[in-house]
Amino acid sequence: MSAVPETALRKRIGYHAILLGGFATLAAALLMMGNLATRDSILQRQQEDLLASLNQVIPASLYDEGLLDHNLAFTDGQGTAHTIYRAVRNGQVTAVAYQVIGNGYAGDIALLMGVDGSGRLLGVRVLAHAETPGLGDKIEPEKSHWIDAFVGRSLGDPSEDRWGVRKDGGAFDQFTGATITPRGVVAAIKDGLLFFREHKGELLARLPSITVSDPKGD
Amino acid sequence: MATSYRRIALDGLWSNNIVFAQLLALCPLLAVTSTATNGLGMGLATTAVLILSGLGVAVLRRIITPEVRIPVFVLIIATIVTLVDMFMNAWLHDLHKVLGLFIPLIVTNCAILGRAEAFASKQTVPAAATDGLMMGLGFTLALVIVGATREILGSGTLFANASLLLGPSFSFLELTILPDYRGFLLLALPPGGFLALGVLLAVKRRLDQRLARRAAARTGAAELPAGSV
Repeated sequence: MSAVPETALRKRIGYHAILLGGFATLAAALLMMGNLATRDSILQRQQEDLLASLNQVIPASLYDEGLLDHNLAFTDGQGTAHTIYRAVRNGQVTAVAYQVIGNGYAGDIALLMGVDGSGRLLGVRVLAHAETPGLGDKIEPEKSHWIDAFVGRSLGDPSEDRWGVRKDGGAFDQFTGATITPRGVVAAIKDGLLFFREHKGELLARLPSITVSDPKGD
Repeated sequence: MATSYRRIALDGLWSNNIVFAQLLALCPLLAVTSTATNGLGMGLATTAVLILSGLGVAVLRRIITPEVRIPVFVLIIATIVTLVDMFMNAWLHDLHKVLGLFIPLIVTNCAILGRAEAFASKQTVPAAATDGLMMGLGFTLALVIVGATREILGSGTLFANASLLLGPSFSFLELTILPDYRGFLLLALPPGGFLALGVLLAVKRRLDQRLARRAAARTGAAELPAGSV
């Protein structure tokens, strides 16, 4: 900057204000354009991710209609809204999947869990988390098989009071260097199973009509 | 100016390395270097932002006044990081799933503001871009070295999960250095990052000293015959 001669204009306070304001406006405009340009494809990618996650927690044998075609907006007694993804085979709800939130070491851990009609876990997948890379991120199936330990479990297996990590006297392993992360995941899954037991009737209720929905999805 | 590109490269990679010489960017360093792969991911993402922010600042250097330069640089860097985050999420989604964790962390990297202030705001556009590239590569190198040290000593592996970051063809990088190793938790945690960094800094000092002594000896030896004749 020293190469440019300091003109009177550049010394005025107004120049600084306009410069700073101009850059702030420019930055806001760029971000807005970036958001507009990417919003649709980000949404689409997120739908694809969701469908991919749903396919991992609900086996293909349990549905013959699109997993995203029978979403149920469900509000529980406390007024919390849940979106229930229902697997439908021959017009019957065979399994449900829904999101639960665990308290991690670094904020919320969003989990998707699939439960069959009898309350058995079909699978659990992590949708989003901010756990420490290399430590807490072992909850991701790409990094470790830990999350598969929940497949086939239910509130009776292990018994309800043993739904915790080993350090707390529970039945599930924590991993080296991270106890808070698995503790939060186990607690969230337990809550999710309790939610299923409480609202089983509504979640598995017959679909209102047999009219097959539009044939999109897979 | 013509010779300075060599200087820029040497500065960025070794003698003025962000981590090993300037001791900047320790926050992202300690956060992500629990494995070499994480270090590599963070390093590459930071390199991209360093190049782009260097370019932006160098292009605009003549209209930015010294009084408001810092907030303007911060705006430029934050905008670039956010745009990179959005574009990668939309169009390089698989890579974003792996690197996504690191991108917001780049904003905490004071070295980027440091390079904008110390270099890009005073230099030509190509020089600033080269500096961004070299500083970024130097940072990547430092992250991979610290990450590899912590990973080998902390969990006995090297480049674990590299195929997630670079694609399946790079799975040959994933090595188990110490089989049946029980792990040394301290090194996987942030304090271990400090310890590893301290030891590596000492090693670098030692190397620099030895190089300087050898260079001095060589010039001495070259002068000696001339003097003795």
